[in-house]
Amino acid sequence: MIKYLLRKEFKQILRNPFLPKMIFIFPFMVLMVFPWAASYEIKSLNLCVIDNDHSTFSQQMIQKVISSNYFKLTDVSSNYNQALKSVEKNQSDMILEIPVDFEKNLSNGLGAKVMVSANAVNGMKGGIGMTYLVSIIADYNVGIIQKLLPGGAGDNSYSTIQTDTLYQFNPHLNYRVFMVPALLVMLLTMLCGFLPAIAIVFEKELGTMEQINVSPVPKTTFILAKLIPFWTIGFIVITIGFIIAWLVYGLIPAGHFYTIYFFAAIYILIVSGLGIVISNYASTLQQAMFIVFFFVLIFIMLSGLYTPIDSMPEWAKWVAAFNPLKYFMDVMRSVYLKGSNTLQMTKQLGALLSFAVVFNTWAVLSYRKKN
Amino acid sequence: MSNTIQHNTNKVITAEHLTKKFGHFTAVDDISFEVERGEIFGFLGANGAGKTTAMRMLCGLSIPTSGKGFVAGYDIGSQTELVKRNIGYMSQKFSLYDDLKVWENIELFGGIYGMNDAEIKVKTDELMKVLNFENERDKRVGSLPLGFKQKLAFSVSIFHSPQVVFLDEPTGGVDPITRRQFWELIYDATSKGITVFVTTHYMDEAEYCNRVSIMVDGKIEALDSPKNLKTQFNATSMEEVFQQLARKSTRKAD
Repeated sequence: MIKYLLRKEFKQILRNPFLPKMIFIFPFMVLMVFPWAASYEIKSLNLCVIDNDHSTFSQQMIQKVISSNYFKLTDVSSNYNQALKSVEKNQSDMILEIPVDFEKNLSNGLGAKVMVSANAVNGMKGGIGMTYLVSIIADYNVGIIQKLLPGGAGDNSYSTIQTDTLYQFNPHLNYRVFMVPALLVMLLTMLCGFLPAIAIVFEKELGTMEQINVSPVPKTTFILAKLIPFWTIGFIVITIGFIIAWLVYGLIPAGHFYTIYFFAAIYILIVSGLGIVISNYASTLQQAMFIVFFFVLIFIMLSGLYTPIDSMPEWAKWVAAFNPLKYFMDVMRSVYLKGSNTLQMTKQLGALLSFAVVFNTWAVLSYRKKN
Repeated sequence: MSNTIQHNTNKVITAEHLTKKFGHFTAVDDISFEVERGEIFGFLGANGAGKTTAMRMLCGLSIPTSGKGFVAGYDIGSQTELVKRNIGYMSQKFSLYDDLKVWENIELFGGIYGMNDAEIKVKTDELMKVLNFENERDKRVGSLPLGFKQKLAFSVSIFHSPQVVFLDEPTGGVDPITRRQFWELIYDATSKGITVFVTTHYMDEAEYCNRVSIMVDGKIEALDSPKNLKTQFNATSMEEVFQQLARKSTRKAD
């Protein structure tokens, strides 16, 4: 019986004027565009400088800031109010004010103060820009100290602490390395969870669902026939994803592909279970779309895709603990970057298996052929 | 199945005090009737009289609040899957797949009812000939005119040779010539021993039925052959009979 239903589903998907194209365009778009566009690395921040000192030192410092490539000198103002206007007009993002006697005070060992202010309308941009600028100035500061005290002459009071940083597993803090595996998870969620949900509700709206309901087709058979094509698509898409990650970003999982496929299989069960739950409760496409939208937003925001879960407030961490996306993203990133194996991820495995059981039980219980 | 309740082999449908309530609203209110094998049973009533709800209960799509029903010898309350195996159903809404071809729809529904590929192929060839559909065989159903679609939907609903077929307003929006052809198909089905249970709003179609029941506000107000009903209500046509009964309705039509 399922043979006939599967024939129907595959034919319908392939004949759909839109779906087969989407299935290929979607992963390309997500993997080719997102990692470049959605980046925390901020380049060419517009900087406005107020140099009240006009000395060699102040010039050197400005040069150092500009040459970092993170900043673009867009404005040189004579006073703070003027600089603020430039920020208000959106011509500058940050202001660096160098006081009078900057060089003199530094040379005399009195120390000098510079003022840095940032436009924090976009808090993220302001914060990151501030960090960049402060660290460049600190770097310059070290340089000055060493220059003013040639040889150091055994005077330990000026010695500075050098910090060597090592970022494990992603030494260059490459944002794309971090994003691509997580985006693959997003793809699976959309294709294996929400697409079948919409396909089922669509049949409800058309009335063909009723025709199936009066037939002896068992509910599990009908649902299985709906899901199998999307599971197939899911595995094709994740494989395309691996290829894109390798060709475009040079990313190859440090761990094994079969670890990913294994977890992906469980994950696909979870999201398709959730998809069926949605389709059981929604009777129109409009309702289904809205529920999908609701879940997509919550899942993404609380998954750690963009912002780390550790930095979230306590209640949000609790919500995130019930987000299957979080666990699978964890797995993907760990396998890709750290090369983790299944044994090292038993916690995630347990969580994912529980989700699979809960959602699929719920799906079967809430499916009604009659009322 | 040896332990099935065979009420009476000649009674294909039996309803005993069937009732369906939605909250405080009683959609179907204590209806009882029997339908004989090979009969064309007309199920009439104004919009909102409860016809579709009653039919959905008999098809196993809806569980009765109280009362009993047997279709093809199976209890509609506890043996819904067996009921479904033995009935055909054509809903008000057109419900074949528009994006599948004519033969693919037939194959799908044949397969769902447990027919095998060879059986399906032989019967499809036969059906295409009867319907004069040989040129449409490879066309997608969505591209066919409504009359064609309705005839095809009916043929698909009896493709697996069920004992009873339920037709819910099968000829809505169809031209008179096609309606005529449609009724020929219905007669053809009864000659093969299939019982037809049909709801309609066309009173001329009511005249084609062996027996007709008229529902008003969830209750069956009249049940007899069209001829007897006309005598009983002193009317010249079924239209008049229907008018007299439907006027009693206090329920708002939907």
